[in-house]
Amino acid sequence: MAHCPECEAEVSLQGLMIGEIIYCPDCNAELEVLNLEEPQVALAPQVEEDWGE
Amino acid sequence: MRLAILTSRIRVEEKLLIEALRRRAIDFAVIDDAELLFDLARPDERWRAYDAVLCRSVSQSRGLAALHILEHMGVTVFNSAAVTALCNDKLLTTLALIRAGLPTPRTMLAFDEQRAIQGIEELGYPVVLKPVTGSWGRLLARINDRDAAEAVLEHQETLGSYQHHIHYIQQYVAKPQRDIRAFVVGDRTVCAIYRTSEHWVTNTARGAVTSNCPISPELDRFCTRAAQAVGGGILAIDVLEDPQQGLLVNEINATMEFRNSIAPTGVDIPAAMLDYVLSQVREGVAL
Repeated sequence: MAHCPECEAEVSLQGLMIGEIIYCPDCNAELEVLNLEEPQVALAPQVEEDWGE
Repeated sequence: MRLAILTSRIRVEEKLLIEALRRRAIDFAVIDDAELLFDLARPDERWRAYDAVLCRSVSQSRGLAALHILEHMGVTVFNSAAVTALCNDKLLTTLALIRAGLPTPRTMLAFDEQRAIQGIEELGYPVVLKPVTGSWGRLLARINDRDAAEAVLEHQETLGSYQHHIHYIQQYVAKPQRDIRAFVVGDRTVCAIYRTSEHWVTNTARGAVTSNCPISPELDRFCTRAAQAVGGGILAIDVLEDPQQGLLVNEINATMEFRNSIAPTGVDIPAAMLDYVLSQVREGVAL
């Protein structure tokens, strides 16, 4: 289990990939999966002006 | 065969591409663009391990910079830096379409607020102001009258970056509450969707509903010509249906999103993308 950096809720990383974006089940913060072996997430980067197709 | 996928974050599209690679047992690596450090005069040998790199960076500027450098190193990339640069910039896209003789909404460009007003009034209200770089329908403004024109232009001049001081002014097309997003892979249009919305902006990122758009021979020819106009590759062509002028190419996307287009069309878009990449690599065609 990883822990949400915003609210410290436990976040399961089962079946995910590094770089995926998920939502904290408790506080709904947008989180980026950083590590699967030592489960770790961080607040996802904000959308930047040049993001997109 | 070994491929690399360059990403910023793993979205649905990247997961679908990864699944498609796994199904075919193709060796691949996922490379996060945030991890890259290029020594420009000393190419990293690790890139030689890949037969091609598929750019899926969500950041247009990161993706384009990486493509330029990888091409410089002799790495085969999809899409090419030249094609991506054209598609990332609405001005360059419009010029390429005009050069190819393809119909596109009439567009004016001005650097000065007063000249922009002059251009807007020459086109006639309403018009659409767009940033020359941008995506997901952000910062588009439909300008219905002079008051709105003056307000938005002042905001662009005051609040925008230098890129927003280039005023790209497009004729408003009274499309039938939808546009067409066509997916061109190589020399064929593999599928297309209608994007329908009550809002004049019909991007799926802005909530438009998708449905299948049958590909007529006319639409196929039109979209493949549009793709060739920017250099070809794996491209999403945005087409407007103008009641008077017929089909118009609006924009072309070089790092296309397709998650909402597989179900309505029944076409395995990531498989078509991989088929193309693999065939190009096998033929030794560096785009």
